[in-house]
Amino acid sequence: MSGALLALPRVQVRFRPGLTLSIALVAFFVIAAIAPSLLTTQDPLKINLGDALQAPSAAHIFGTDQSGRDLYARVVYGARESLFIGLAATALSMSIAFVLGVSAALGNKLTDGAINRFIELLFAFPVLLLSLLFVTVFGAGLTTLIVAVGVGTAPGYARMIRGQVLAVKGSGYVEAAGALGHSYPKVIRRHILPNAMRPLVVLVTLGVGQSIVWASGLAFLGLGVAPPSPEWGALLDAGRTYITQAWWLEVMPGLAIVSFALALTAIGRYVQQRLEGGLQR
Amino acid sequence: MKTVALKVLGAIAVLWAAATFTFFVQAALPGDRATLILNQDSGQIIKRSDAELAPVNEKFGFDDPIYAQYVNYVAGLAQGDLGTSYRLKAPVTEIIGEQIWPTIFLTIAALIAAWVMALALTLLTAKRGRIPSALGSGYETFTAALPHYWLGVILLVVFAIELQLFPVEGGSSLIGLVLPALTLGIPLAGFLGQVTRDEFEKVLDQPFVTSARARGMGDFGVRWRHALRHAVLPAITLSGWAIGALFSGAVIAEIIFARQGIGNILVTAANMRDIPLVSGIVMLVALIYVVANLLVDLAYRVVDPRIEVSS
Amino acid sequence: MTDLLRVENLRVGFGDTEVVKGISFSLEAGRCLAIVGESGSGKSVTARTLVGLTGGRSQVTADALEFDGRDLRGLRDRQWRDIRGRDIGFILQDALVSLDQLRPIGKEIDEALRLHRYGSREERRKRVLHLLDEVGIPEPLLRVRQLPHELSGGQRQRALIASAIALDPKLIIADEPTTALDVTVQARILHLLERIRDDGSALILISHDLAVVARMADEVAVMRYGEIVERGDAREVLSNPQHAYTRALLDAIPSTHSKGTRLSPGTPHVAPVVERAPRAADTPVLDARGLVKRYAGPDGQTRTVVDDVSFELRAGETLGVVGESGSGKTTTARIALALTEPDGGEVLLNGEPWTAVPEKARRVRRREISVIYQDPLSSFDPRWSVDQILADALPPGVRDPRKRVGELLALVGLEGEHRARRPLQLSGGQRQRVAIARALAPDPSVIVCDEPVSALDVSIQAQVLDLLTDLQEQLGLSYLFISHDLGVIHHMSDRVLVLNEGKVVETGTADEVFFAPREPYTRALVAALPRLEPRQVVRHEEAVPAAT
Repeated sequence: MSGALLALPRVQVRFRPGLTLSIALVAFFVIAAIAPSLLTTQDPLKINLGDALQAPSAAHIFGTDQSGRDLYARVVYGARESLFIGLAATALSMSIAFVLGVSAALGNKLTDGAINRFIELLFAFPVLLLSLLFVTVFGAGLTTLIVAVGVGTAPGYARMIRGQVLAVKGSGYVEAAGALGHSYPKVIRRHILPNAMRPLVVLVTLGVGQSIVWASGLAFLGLGVAPPSPEWGALLDAGRTYITQAWWLEVMPGLAIVSFALALTAIGRYVQQRLEGGLQR
Repeated sequence: MKTVALKVLGAIAVLWAAATFTFFVQAALPGDRATLILNQDSGQIIKRSDAELAPVNEKFGFDDPIYAQYVNYVAGLAQGDLGTSYRLKAPVTEIIGEQIWPTIFLTIAALIAAWVMALALTLLTAKRGRIPSALGSGYETFTAALPHYWLGVILLVVFAIELQLFPVEGGSSLIGLVLPALTLGIPLAGFLGQVTRDEFEKVLDQPFVTSARARGMGDFGVRWRHALRHAVLPAITLSGWAIGALFSGAVIAEIIFARQGIGNILVTAANMRDIPLVSGIVMLVALIYVVANLLVDLAYRVVDPRIEVSS
Repeated sequence: MTDLLRVENLRVGFGDTEVVKGISFSLEAGRCLAIVGESGSGKSVTARTLVGLTGGRSQVTADALEFDGRDLRGLRDRQWRDIRGRDIGFILQDALVSLDQLRPIGKEIDEALRLHRYGSREERRKRVLHLLDEVGIPEPLLRVRQLPHELSGGQRQRALIASAIALDPKLIIADEPTTALDVTVQARILHLLERIRDDGSALILISHDLAVVARMADEVAVMRYGEIVERGDAREVLSNPQHAYTRALLDAIPSTHSKGTRLSPGTPHVAPVVERAPRAADTPVLDARGLVKRYAGPDGQTRTVVDDVSFELRAGETLGVVGESGSGKTTTARIALALTEPDGGEVLLNGEPWTAVPEKARRVRRREISVIYQDPLSSFDPRWSVDQILADALPPGVRDPRKRVGELLALVGLEGEHRARRPLQLSGGQRQRVAIARALAPDPSVIVCDEPVSALDVSIQAQVLDLLTDLQEQLGLSYLFISHDLGVIHHMSDRVLVLNEGKVVETGTADEVFFAPREPYTRALVAALPRLEPRQVVRHEEAVPAAT
């Protein structure tokens, strides 16, 4: 058996076109968020009615919108707000999930049962519907959007974290540490949390993409951040009116969202593989 | 039987908690609800006098102490009363009663489509050599990440607007169901497919599969009669969760394809800040979610007979 | 008589690695060939080759591969499927995972019949019931509808055998058919296989266990690294082995005869560093009094898993605790370690209350007692290196931890180069050595060994057992040694405690218990033990390159 384990294929350092492309895409969007002027010379807000609703061309690679604004520039300049929403919502949902998941797994039966019920309760509110409820009550806006998406996506992560912590808690090495006379808080600090949290890196990567998808979905329904901002969801919303004449108004911003989410998924998967296989090398 | 009863009790508890949650979210509304209603009706944003507010407060019971409102709300829910729409001034139950069926119909159609696609993909590509496997799993990763609104728009542009194979406005026709169902089904199929494939590949390495082969069973038999049953177990569990995501997606698909259903009402209501209508729909979806999960649990027991004994 | 099966120069490779390197053997009807080897010997691959189940990536070549007058080389899958199940039956180990968990066992047996178009539905049903009866499963009418997990381990294995013999195949291949089973169950399953062979089927038995083989086989082939190193009449090979590897394997088996001898001759003794004088021997290091533990079962009923168990472990001795699965031996070990609270009774450690005091008071004393688990891999934090694992186990106040870790590694026969490795990068034997080093690190007086060698190959097991013996001599350690393997228990123990269903059945010195058991249960247990007769040849002392 031992021989077979050692003979497992090593993760080779080889060229992965998918991964390279993913990293390039994420880097592109991060630059767009920090310094959009590096990626386009066009002004995303400059109205030029003569150029309205132009299909993608060499001059405007993503085409133009109903006011003749360059769509590529708008996508590039929209990255900052979209990324911010994604990161903030993920940070919120991870914090909620962490507190819920860890206390459920480490708590007694009663705590675990209560938190589990609570997680189930959150599951009964689909992300988008919960967001709509929040928007209805608190009005549309950036904070509402972040809170709604953060709360809405939390239960899934909470359940995963709980499972992970439980698995580590029941592992042989946690028992072995107890048998050596280490105190429980020390065992939690040194074994349970580090081992249980490793997969969290992957969750966070996937989470940012998902949060952006949900937030822009809400914006698509006209319930996102106020219109002049070129946030990706808002672009989608604005393009909806012209869908029969100008497909690019929907397809291009959508492409940005999808490629960003996919790139993050690919990177997350790779990190996961490395984490699982990495200990063997 | 005992476990089923416990599950039902648990479901009721979740619903009650959901009602409580919904109620307190409503109660947390910044500002005065009566003013909101009056301003909505008139389309102005002005300060209202007490004389104007009193009848509204009276009608919706806003003057009652908070616990009385809560008891009223939960008691109403228990009798199927979801409150009165601020804007339409009609019982919420009536408004959504007519519209919920097309949405449920769409959700079920999407779930079936997703399962068919996921199973076909797994049976055809899982563990069938490097290239088919890689293609299958790549397709799943890609589709699972597709947002409903984007997929829906692309399907609409390509198949309805350009190719004119389907109506642009779905209404409630059956042919109009195809594109929305695919919009919801394709990403879900990708998601379920990933899970099923992982499990399927694990199962095919299990000793009992070797046992079956050693009895003379062929490749197809092993996949169809043994492996598939094991592989769908996690996907069944996830289907329960997916119901929620499907309702989220249904709202979007209905808007894109101009289909009948709760989607249009819900978005309008949210824009108009018609709280009872939105929270009514949210509660109804929570109910559907809970019921669907009870059914999923039952389905799981049918596929995995081990549960009866061990729990 | 003509051979039923003839294999000449069989080679099986996966990619660049050849795992079976040109082996030859043959078998007549009604006879049993045992293929024996440790993991990685290629024995299981050989078995699978005979039913064409080596998988798509394998290359199989042979000068001859003939079964019942038919050339098996280059058969297409369709043709193989006709042979599998009908002409050749195949039995895997561990029926729990070798039967489909989601289907009743009747369906699994019926499948073999249906696939080869045996009779009508009604005829098949009768045949299934008949088969269940034949393999000795009681109440076939009830069992036929039950799922694998509702059956006992022995019954499951019988059901699996029933599905393999459903069509009276001429050849039956059994790959480790009794490995996961208790010794008494194993004896019955072997008896069943013997009967099937006596009915005229040829049997190929794949096993790592020479003792199992000794009872059954007419011929033995010993495999190592894809080659047959020795082949011949079973009695001849086992009593007068010609090849050094066969001798080493036989020597490595702990048994009633091996007591006091080294199981792995040729491997170095642990450097004889006298660490400290043996402890004072008056008070028992571990004193268990009337231990009771109850658990609520899934059906809500309380089961008493440990029922009034008392024992004393004296300084420098080994107390063997032996029992079949469900006997309560692991729970007893956990109570001794104060990892499980007893519902009754208590354990004294070095004369002081141990299980009866709160965990806070126990914590500082935990270094007096340590543990070695069956599965060392899961007992190590996967992120940690060997260095970290051992340093973590040192008692507080060790002046030079690095040096001490080095001493510990040397003590268990590991090198400095292993320090930086993580558990996954070590072999099974090395992991168990690290586990032993960790158990030694706190400088304990007692080590609880819970099935410490059950997962290891026999030659590695031999090395680990020798290491434990050496360490005991040098450090004056006491072992509470838990095992299901009577041979291991007899080899290691000074005194033995026999557990059955939570109760102490018998206790005494190892020789008393094994040579003159008083209780019927112990007698049955000892009688069921497959054993090798003492060899004429004296134990060899040549150095044999041990498989690690």
